[in-house]
Amino acid sequence: MSNSEAQDPLDKGNEKMETTTPSSLSSVAANAAAKRKPGSGALGVGLEARGIHAWFGDKMVLKDISLDFWSGTVTALIGPSGCGKSTFIRTLNRMHEFIPGAAMAGDVLLNGKDIYESGTDVTKIRLKVGMVFQKPNPFPSMTIADNVLAGLKLAQLKVQNKDDLLEECLVRAGLWAEVKDRLSAYGGSLSGGQQQRLCIARSLAVRPEILLMDEPCSALDPGSTLKIEETISELSSTMTIIIVTHNMQQAARVSDYTGFFLSDGGPGELIEVGPTSEIFSRPKDVRTENYVTGRFG
Amino acid sequence: MSTTAPGAKSANLSSPTPAKREITTKPRLSDKVFRGVATAGGLSSLLLLGLIFVFLAFQGFQVLRSEGIGFITGSNWEVVQDNVGNTDLSASTFGIAAMLIGTVICATIAVIIAVPISVLCALYLTFYAPSFIKRLMVALIDLMAAFPSILFGMWGYFVLMPHAEYWAKLIHKYFEWIPIFKMDVDIFERSPFVAGVVLSTMIIPIITSISREIFSQTPLDRIQAAYALGATRWAMIKAVVIPYGRSGVVGGAMLGLGRAMGETVAVYTVLNLVYQINWQVLIGAGGNVASMILLKFGEAGPTETKALMAAGLALFILTLIVNSIANVIVTKTGGKGR
Repeated sequence: MSNSEAQDPLDKGNEKMETTTPSSLSSVAANAAAKRKPGSGALGVGLEARGIHAWFGDKMVLKDISLDFWSGTVTALIGPSGCGKSTFIRTLNRMHEFIPGAAMAGDVLLNGKDIYESGTDVTKIRLKVGMVFQKPNPFPSMTIADNVLAGLKLAQLKVQNKDDLLEECLVRAGLWAEVKDRLSAYGGSLSGGQQQRLCIARSLAVRPEILLMDEPCSALDPGSTLKIEETISELSSTMTIIIVTHNMQQAARVSDYTGFFLSDGGPGELIEVGPTSEIFSRPKDVRTENYVTGRFG
Repeated sequence: MSTTAPGAKSANLSSPTPAKREITTKPRLSDKVFRGVATAGGLSSLLLLGLIFVFLAFQGFQVLRSEGIGFITGSNWEVVQDNVGNTDLSASTFGIAAMLIGTVICATIAVIIAVPISVLCALYLTFYAPSFIKRLMVALIDLMAAFPSILFGMWGYFVLMPHAEYWAKLIHKYFEWIPIFKMDVDIFERSPFVAGVVLSTMIIPIITSISREIFSQTPLDRIQAAYALGATRWAMIKAVVIPYGRSGVVGGAMLGLGRAMGETVAVYTVLNLVYQINWQVLIGAGGNVASMILLKFGEAGPTETKALMAAGLALFILTLIVNSIANVIVTKTGGKGR
């Protein structure tokens, strides 16, 4: 498959969901990445959601979502409140199952391997698929430095040089300049935006391949939001990012692909997915158009 | 000069700082009434406490004055009667040092045994137990907290004591080099250790209940943050739940300590009261203020009764002191984990 033939890889992935095999997936991924980022060599991994359904108790909240995420891309998930975006990304690192009564169906393939397969060490999955939450949640009993390195302790990982890692993560999260003189202050002493970037730094320290961000800026002021968007752009060269956002400008600014979720009172469904520019300029579905042009939601 | 919004009068910078305004609100009648009721309720417990204190102090004053500091430093309890059968206050000695120390020893042993068990139980109930077991156990534990203490005492005497004596022998065998586990006399029955074990069964429900409550309030976003970083459940508990719940557990332990110190009947059943300070907790000789009062109360004459009131006052103050220390500890350990 050549570059010129490759149409929108996400759409393609969707259509061929039943037949795509991991090997062909990676070739498509390679293609996509080559198209998105000419010259960037590091790739070959991907996250693939196939036929995801989700329930809380008897209530189905997600219906048949299939979506592929290519290495080195940023995918934004948009849609009105309650359409299941957050639930969807929580199925991608098995955080969904913590909610009492939560159930799911479908497969999530990480590098071609189903993360819900029995016998899977779920802690390893969560190390590869990191998560940043809506509300900044640093550990208040730990210092800034300990917060960043908390994942190493929690997952019992060893590193050669903790100080280097600490600095690297804080630099990548765009927080180093602001906290380098007070690394031993408590995490709770930072402002909300700083706390959120601390949480990003914390998730980077365990070197995830994929970072899930669940409305990371919804509790923050515009200045902090801007900083975090810069961080996202920075990170996207080395990792896959999936971001849920209510802010359509944000989706337009930071993402390569956009998926539009909608619920008509029943379970949430994926209405349309494609390159961000297309979703915002010439969406195929009229519901997407209504949403991105601000007619509802 | 800072910019001023259009239309607003520019602030006169040279004017003196204005006096602070007194801010008052006029409460409605319903608010006033409720405030009165709530205040009365709040003060009544304080009043009750004060009345008990005054009563004990008044009754015990005579004995306290005649004994002086010896009342809490001495360990003799001797009632001397004159030839008409009246108690001779100046010839009698009343000292409760052994009882006070014994009270603290028994209660401390109970807390040391009960806290780890309770914390594990609370962690199990909060994070591991299936919901039906959880509901059943929570109900049972709450029931246990309200159990009459004489039942604990009887069960402790007939069932637990033989086992506790065996444990005491083991401790003595392997830890004799620690001074408090030495035995100058070879009597294992009815020791402070046994009393502590029985007391611990009584305070486990209280500490479990409080610990479970605080553990279950651990903020979900922090728990999720730990899991999202690849934490196992145990790692999450260590990093998030324990720091958050520490002060609550300490508070629960202190409440348990208070209950253990004031416990009367259960200790009376299993402890051998001896008027001699004994630090060797495995020997069958201990003290306990509340049990002593119970033991003496029935046969005491008017003067000895007053001495018992004074002993009650001492227990009252000891409990207050321990609770104040507990409060300080709770405040010190709280804060940064929350």
